[in-house]
Amino acid sequence: MKKVYLIADNIISPLGFSTEENIENLRLNKTGIKKVDDDDIWSKPFFGAVIDNDKLSVAWNTISNDSVYTKLEKMMLLSVSKLLTENPSLDITKCGVIISTTKGNINSLRGDSDEKAYLASISKTVQRYFKLDHTPVILSNACISGGLALAVGKRMIQSELFEDVVVIGGDLLSEFTLSGFFSFQAVSTAPCKPFCKNRTGISLGEAAASAWLSSNKKNVTEEAISITGDASANDANHISGPSRTGEGLFISITKALKEAGIESNQIDYITAHGTATPYNDEMEAIAFNRAGMKSVPINSLKGYYGHTLGASALIESIIARHCLINNELFASLGFEELGVSEPINVIDKNHKKELKRVLKTASGFGGCNVALIIEKEVS
Amino acid sequence: MIKEKYYISDFCSIRDKKIFKNGDQLHIDLESDNLKDFAKGVYKFLELKYPKFHKMDELCKLGFLASEVLLKDREKVDRDTALVLSNRSSSLDTDRKHQISIQDREDFYPSPAVFVYTLPNIIMGEISIKNNLKSENAFFVTENFDTDFMSNYSKILMNTGKASNVICGWVDLDNDKYDVFLAFLSKKGEKELTKEELNNLYNQ
Repeated sequence: MKKVYLIADNIISPLGFSTEENIENLRLNKTGIKKVDDDDIWSKPFFGAVIDNDKLSVAWNTISNDSVYTKLEKMMLLSVSKLLTENPSLDITKCGVIISTTKGNINSLRGDSDEKAYLASISKTVQRYFKLDHTPVILSNACISGGLALAVGKRMIQSELFEDVVVIGGDLLSEFTLSGFFSFQAVSTAPCKPFCKNRTGISLGEAAASAWLSSNKKNVTEEAISITGDASANDANHISGPSRTGEGLFISITKALKEAGIESNQIDYITAHGTATPYNDEMEAIAFNRAGMKSVPINSLKGYYGHTLGASALIESIIARHCLINNELFASLGFEELGVSEPINVIDKNHKKELKRVLKTASGFGGCNVALIIEKEVS
Repeated sequence: MIKEKYYISDFCSIRDKKIFKNGDQLHIDLESDNLKDFAKGVYKFLELKYPKFHKMDELCKLGFLASEVLLKDREKVDRDTALVLSNRSSSLDTDRKHQISIQDREDFYPSPAVFVYTLPNIIMGEISIKNNLKSENAFFVTENFDTDFMSNYSKILMNTGKASNVICGWVDLDNDKYDVFLAFLSKKGEKELTKEELNNLYNQ
């Protein structure tokens, strides 16, 4: 099988409009979650991670004067534009492009025309903007979309459909989604606290990100980081509640490890889903224990970004790439005391550590789960 | 490149109040005047006893019923049978219902039972639960049924051992207009899996 490298990336989030800026803020343990008082999203103040509209406009104006785009489209186009500027050898017009989003331009349902609420409209926008040969395919698979999109990209490259794939992910913090999670009584009244005893639910966030996957090693300019294993499995248990045994996640991890040809004790770090809802975090702890990974350092980045839905697992994989390059781990922000019934080794302080292999996982509504093994080539 | 041959073992469609399986008309219901009643009629026709069905939104009902028709004559379905579905309208049919419930701040009534269906991949969750499929799932949104991409991606799953079989198809619902087509892909069958063949069967 061909090796698939993660060559380059960009993140547009409340923590910055470049991956470097995001990493700097993670090093400072800064969170993008704050009290949001925006009547367009919610009638009362709530905790969430939103991208400042003025800041986005300033950044947008550096690449375009066109204002016909929605906020989400601007975030996605800006992310890819930055990726292309920083990587002149990347010819996106010939690439396979996968766009990961759960709700896309869902705010368009509030207006007179819902044309942009159709997810394929984003695909058209991206194709037109970058003059792509191929129409991007949209992957909409709940909260695992961003991680699954990387897996799909890897599989497309390994089957020789494309040599290069660009994965784009993005979702907004919308009234639509927030009201839904409020109806589930799943929204935290303070910044979320993944895996913590005092957790009271999720914080939502918004972000966009992009990543370049390639089988051509000549494109590798920094350390060679590749996706060596990937798998997805359904719990076949419940559409909105995670499995009590972590079945689908456990199967995903087992299969991904098998593809990568490694054992669970060869994983140096787990970047988990960790939404901070009581049931999700509990399910993950059970699955990691079943997989023999209770002592592997683990964190959730939801305390920094909130849950950015279709972007989350993509952003977390990008951060994992940089953790591998820099040999560093970030504290699981918001964590104070273990609040799951099975032991896991939550990272409480930033620190340097020699890293070779990372496990990225995500789980979502519909009982879906995904696991990726991201690995550094040691020369 | 994938050299192994795969086949379209079975296929079915639900369109214009009619159900077809492997090209033959299985059921027609010209009496029902809305999708909800039509779906109920199909449920009765298939003699299903599955209370969870009645909680599903209309999009899931359509996908679920099509999966029942597709798998009807199989004794058991391998648990590594992947689900690879697509449509044009994502979950917009239910998205609009959720939106109506939050449109007016004075009359605000979002419901978790509705909200959970505002994701298109829930269809695959429902089919997985019914058939105990702990398998690969992926939901794609495209302007039209992209038989090129869908047949390629299904082949990839089987060729890399990530799935033994694939249920691949199109499950779309938008403003009461629906179009459902599912195909069971495996190493057995007479119709070879190509984008052209998948397209032919979809357009039958």
